[in-house]
Amino acid sequence: MGLGVQIGPLTLANPIIAASGCFGYGVEYAGAVDLSMLGGIAVKGLFLAEREGHPPERIVETPAGMLNAIGLQGIGVHRFIREKLPELRERHATVIVNICGSTLDEYVELARILSDAEGVAALELNISCPNIKEGGITFGCSLHGTFDVVSAVRKVTPLPVIPKLTPNVTDVASFARASEEAGADAVSLVNTFLAMAIDVETRRPHLSNIVGGLSGPAIRPIAVRMVYECRRAVKIPVIGMGGIASARDALEFIIAGATAVQVGTANFVDPFIWAKLLDGITAYMRRHGIDNIGDLVGSIDTTAREKQWISS
Amino acid sequence: MLVDIEARVIRNTRLSADYNVIALEAPQIAEFTQPGQFVMVKSGRGGDPLLRRPFSVFEILRSEGRIEGLTLLSKRIGITTRILYDAVEGDVISCLGPLGRPFEPVDPPTEAWMVAGGVGLAPFATLAEALLARGTKTTLFYGARSGAELFYLDWFSSRGIRLVLATEDGSIGDRGRITVPLERELARAGSGSRPSTGSGRPEALEGRIPDPGSRPEVTLYACGPEAMLEAVAHVAAKFERPSQVSVERTMGCGMGGCYSCVMAVRTPDARQHYVRSCIAGPVFRGEDLVWD
Repeated sequence: MGLGVQIGPLTLANPIIAASGCFGYGVEYAGAVDLSMLGGIAVKGLFLAEREGHPPERIVETPAGMLNAIGLQGIGVHRFIREKLPELRERHATVIVNICGSTLDEYVELARILSDAEGVAALELNISCPNIKEGGITFGCSLHGTFDVVSAVRKVTPLPVIPKLTPNVTDVASFARASEEAGADAVSLVNTFLAMAIDVETRRPHLSNIVGGLSGPAIRPIAVRMVYECRRAVKIPVIGMGGIASARDALEFIIAGATAVQVGTANFVDPFIWAKLLDGITAYMRRHGIDNIGDLVGSIDTTAREKQWISS
Repeated sequence: MLVDIEARVIRNTRLSADYNVIALEAPQIAEFTQPGQFVMVKSGRGGDPLLRRPFSVFEILRSEGRIEGLTLLSKRIGITTRILYDAVEGDVISCLGPLGRPFEPVDPPTEAWMVAGGVGLAPFATLAEALLARGTKTTLFYGARSGAELFYLDWFSSRGIRLVLATEDGSIGDRGRITVPLERELARAGSGSRPSTGSGRPEALEGRIPDPGSRPEVTLYACGPEAMLEAVAHVAAKFERPSQVSVERTMGCGMGGCYSCVMAVRTPDARQHYVRSCIAGPVFRGEDLVWD
């Protein structure tokens, strides 16, 4: 059975990717999970320098979801290459490095450095973190900004370039289009939804950052819709994510148009979820007589609905 | 070895209107659990609650020499603890562990002084067993709101552990915080011989510190509300005693994936730095922590 998928020049063994910010640097899970069985691992977002992130509280649980405002705490690209990448290489992980910049130059510099590092499969451009003021989201919320950062990175790296899009815009498909025009190999979406939760007893926000990003099953239907819209807007692959917690959830994204999917919050609940997702997808394909996962991508059947619209 | 067990509830003992001890059939976790380690518990199905919650392993259950499971000491404050309080025999609770950096039990002649506040008693049954197995003289300083919220006193005293108690209402032991009798006994025992970072020897005590040769070595272990942990770390530094404190922060995954449960620690160059309490802790050296 064919689970392999193509993201630009990169072949993934299967369409299941660990989402950035939800799987540490991958090595944290090496004791529990065979990292090579994942289609890919999007590691925690990296700046050039180390970052401390926001003070606690950094997360709060909400109905069928969670808010986070970690603030991109991280070890910086140099320590990542020195301390984490060798083990990821040794464990045959397909490493997608998520990069964040305060400036366009920082993205370019990160892309240059990582292009020379051994064991990096692709770059995911974080232009969508809702939790930090400087950079990132300022690119992701402007079509020009998105185009500029993607094309600047495109010029300096042979690695597949995957901008990660924010859902906190009116028309996410136009950002997918801008990314495609700038030379992206794929787009990934959605990052978290900007959200807020307040403790009514103390009248204080639950998060030190006041606002945070909502993830988990609560956002899934919105994310599916956005993936569907982007799939129709661009020819490059769409990597879908947002509240996937089971094989059926992953299939929903794939049928909506995702070539691959990322899983984040569900990994917090079940670090052994990966084998269950792959088994579930394989069982579905067998049951439906599908030999190649690619045949499912974007296979949503809307004909009945269109007929209804015509007749009404 | 980390495992995720659908653990059957063997029994659930309600100790008060809020506290319970729930026994779970999870021998695969219990067998490898060291004192101070925790499990991530998922008590609901689906999205409510969505995330697991961390619990220190309270007791390792043995039956005829065989490890049967573990218990959790819980206080009802939120949705997961309410489900744990209401659980009945035969219910199934998902249990991921063992996780985290454990306590390091000291050997004789060093004494162990365990300091527990409220539900912070949780890691001290397994630590006490590890200390007793080494023949380490052990004291439990244990504080709660009232005498009715001091549990398992017989369990500890029957094993030869000295009890020092405090309650906020004064119904048992000292009235007030447990750090009051702790500080009194530390003063009586004098300062330690191990140098400590930060504070020097208190001037007022200079004259009546016993000779270093006769001074017992003491290591402090603490678990409880963060204000108590801070106070314990402070008096440990003041009396130059090493301390190991177990913190509880809002935790998303327990495995280092989410970066939510961070504690600020001092770096060698005197800056502070956030580390994940799930993998760098939950047990830290008291002198390493920077309090909010």
